[in-house]
Amino acid sequence: MEMQPIKFYQTGTFTVGNRLLGEDQRAVQANLQRTNSLNCGHRACQGCGEALGARYAIDAAMRAANKQLIAANATGCLEVFSTPYPETSWQIPWIHSLFGNAAAVAAGIAAALKVKGRTDVRVIAQGGDGGTTDIGFGCLSGMFERNDDVLYICYDNEAYMNTGVQRSSATPPAARTATTPTVGAHPGNAFGQGKNLPQIALAHNIPYVATASVAYLRDLESKVMRAMSLHGARYIHIFVPCPLGWGAASQDTIKLARLAVESGLFPLFEAEHGEVTGVYKIRKPMPVEEYLKPQRRFAHLFGPTPALETIARLQAGADRNIRKFGLLAEAI
Amino acid sequence: MKKPFAITLDVGSSLANHTGSWRSSRPVYIDRMPPCNHQCPAGENIQAWLYHAESGDYQSAWRQLVRDNPFPAIMGRVCYHSCESVCNRGKLDQSVGINSVERFLGDEALRRAWKFVPPQRESGKHVLVVGAGPSGLSAAYQLRMLGHRVTIREAGSMAGGMMRFGIPKYRLPRAVLDAEVARIVELGVRLELGAKVTNILEEMQRGRYDAAFLAVGAHIAKRAYIPAGDSARVLDAIAVLREMEGETPPMLGRRVVVYGGGNTAIDVARTAKRLGAEEAIIVYRRTREKMPANALEIQEALQEGVLIKWLSTIKQAGGTRITVEKMALDGKGFPQPTGEFETLDADSLVLALGQDVDLGLLNGVAGLQLVDGVVQVDSQMMTGHAGIFAGGDMVPAERNVTVAIGHGKKAARHIDAWLRGAGYVSPPQHELATIDKLNPWYYADAPKTVQPQLDIARRKSTFDEVVQGLDETNALFEARRCLSCGNCFECDNCYGVCPDNAVVKLGPGKRYQFNLDYCKGCGICVAECPCGAIRMEPERV
Repeated sequence: MEMQPIKFYQTGTFTVGNRLLGEDQRAVQANLQRTNSLNCGHRACQGCGEALGARYAIDAAMRAANKQLIAANATGCLEVFSTPYPETSWQIPWIHSLFGNAAAVAAGIAAALKVKGRTDVRVIAQGGDGGTTDIGFGCLSGMFERNDDVLYICYDNEAYMNTGVQRSSATPPAARTATTPTVGAHPGNAFGQGKNLPQIALAHNIPYVATASVAYLRDLESKVMRAMSLHGARYIHIFVPCPLGWGAASQDTIKLARLAVESGLFPLFEAEHGEVTGVYKIRKPMPVEEYLKPQRRFAHLFGPTPALETIARLQAGADRNIRKFGLLAEAI
Repeated sequence: MKKPFAITLDVGSSLANHTGSWRSSRPVYIDRMPPCNHQCPAGENIQAWLYHAESGDYQSAWRQLVRDNPFPAIMGRVCYHSCESVCNRGKLDQSVGINSVERFLGDEALRRAWKFVPPQRESGKHVLVVGAGPSGLSAAYQLRMLGHRVTIREAGSMAGGMMRFGIPKYRLPRAVLDAEVARIVELGVRLELGAKVTNILEEMQRGRYDAAFLAVGAHIAKRAYIPAGDSARVLDAIAVLREMEGETPPMLGRRVVVYGGGNTAIDVARTAKRLGAEEAIIVYRRTREKMPANALEIQEALQEGVLIKWLSTIKQAGGTRITVEKMALDGKGFPQPTGEFETLDADSLVLALGQDVDLGLLNGVAGLQLVDGVVQVDSQMMTGHAGIFAGGDMVPAERNVTVAIGHGKKAARHIDAWLRGAGYVSPPQHELATIDKLNPWYYADAPKTVQPQLDIARRKSTFDEVVQGLDETNALFEARRCLSCGNCFECDNCYGVCPDNAVVKLGPGKRYQFNLDYCKGCGICVAECPCGAIRMEPERV
């Protein structure tokens, strides 16, 4: 799934750019002419993973669509911090309607473009995990089912951050949120709840489903490019840490995203028509503790008496992902 | 313009919102000192020349290298490369083969006949350099580059000093030495051979020199009293190595015993092996850990079949036999005699017990301070006598070629400043780029196919001249293993990872700049900089 086979000792394909590579082989984000679709002056918190993920994804989509792109946005952090009236940070045609209808609005735009014969213009819908997995789920499933020509991007920061960190159906087990406080016998979010939207999208057998992470830029960009090369309903689920909601240091955003992948908690895969076509092998396997410890939403697991059983359940979930997707590189 | 209620901004871009005002600390681009540079006794900017080598621009790499050291082909062979022992990459997989890349660059320069660029302006000053060893030649080169006239007076009949008479051919082919010396002479340095200076003050007056740099080295072998029979063949190591430069090699016999524990002892033993000795035994009074010789050389000597008798002293030398007393370390780690003796068969005994400096030329010079047979110098390499500087083996320091080259460079800078009536102020040192300042996740693992090839090339290149050094592909890969510790290599990470699009990319070679109007001070750029070239600094309130 890596974009290109060139490997350098010094920079590999892991840095954003590389002066030793040709311009065409560098990430979109390395380019001086990148669109900066989400421009400076937006009001996201320091170290916002969602702002980063949105620029990564939309810049790549803009390149793929030759800058002929319209985006519909669900309510959520991304919408609130980018467009407080009268400002906008978006340098693309962009519309916000309601919390739950981004997929429907985008489907409508796509239908209108079809009627007008504008095959050059592409449509994207985007939202946070709340607007996608909870409130907008019906519209999204409909969009999938009708195979509307829309790429839906979900920026998953695992709770309703904009309104004050309430639990969503994407909140992981044991995490503290405003609505899953760390009280009682099983503090934090309950095990056995929530939904895995990439898997649900997969079950719709739509042309393309992928997960991505802000820590793996080149992988993220290649998935957006692949999605944009296809038509019909497509879905990309991007993991975006939230320093405020997770109680993490603002400089640790990418580090946490990386640890989520390396621990196996967030598997990176892509699938076409319901069939998994590629997984990103873990480079340096990490125990889940490494990921959990820097976050205050998991601080209750590491008190004077560590919640070893809970940590073990989280590790078991990560191990399940590793087995299911074959995330470990074969031993050499 | 009339605006609706509670609206103060024109409808438009969020660029009006200067989020930089949220910041309590700001990122700052810095250069940190790479450990290799910090370690190098010659003060080479290793990271900088590897940076050029990484893009295949070997000439720029070589030109950067020779700013500090005019002998890359020599140093690529004989330097003990302590830089590699501190390389941060060594903590990830294996240190970068700095020495082998240096050798490649040196050889490439000789092959392509790259020349030094002569100075643009003449200073009108004339400096005398006494001794054409590594330190004297290094000083002469640096002084000439600064526009001074330089005359080197060398007592011997050939230039190179200990690089010629102390380092065997199997470590340094003479063609390489001659070529790198010739390149300095071509720069307009006057080299007078067979011109021993017997009195420095007279010589300075005679030649009307404005300053002098003394680097006569240490060539007088130290002796130890060993009772020896008439038929015993006792030689000194420096004489043996010097004879190797002559027409007829020294006669050492089938069984050679070398007494001493320094690099010279190892060199003689390895030389004896190459001259056909069946046995070459080094007798040393302490243990391997205490042996002053370079660990790599000890290892190579052992690999070549040199034997070492630890904790032993020589009591008596006869015609074909040597009596050795066993020693034991006392509580303080000093060897003490045990009264146990054994005998070794030996056709010759070579003493390698260190060297003294011939200080004859300093007779009558006022203000000099001599301690333990070497000349004391101040932090500017100047002796107690104004205008006379000294370096290399004749001043108190570790005695090796790299240190000597460093002395020459340092002295040249201070001589230049002294001649201009100013003081040389060295630029402030950057803080050290330790491994915790780096984010090594971004450095790819070496492809499995290339790594072993490199291992072999690197090992053999320091072992035997018969084997070639790195070829171009290997050298390029080896250079690219550099992590560029503490110095931006334009990987675009900061430009990419800023959630606020507040990093301005200035284009190739120009690095980046922060747009502080929008930088919120999150610090992601600092955390994700692979090489540790950004630091957070608190905003002043």
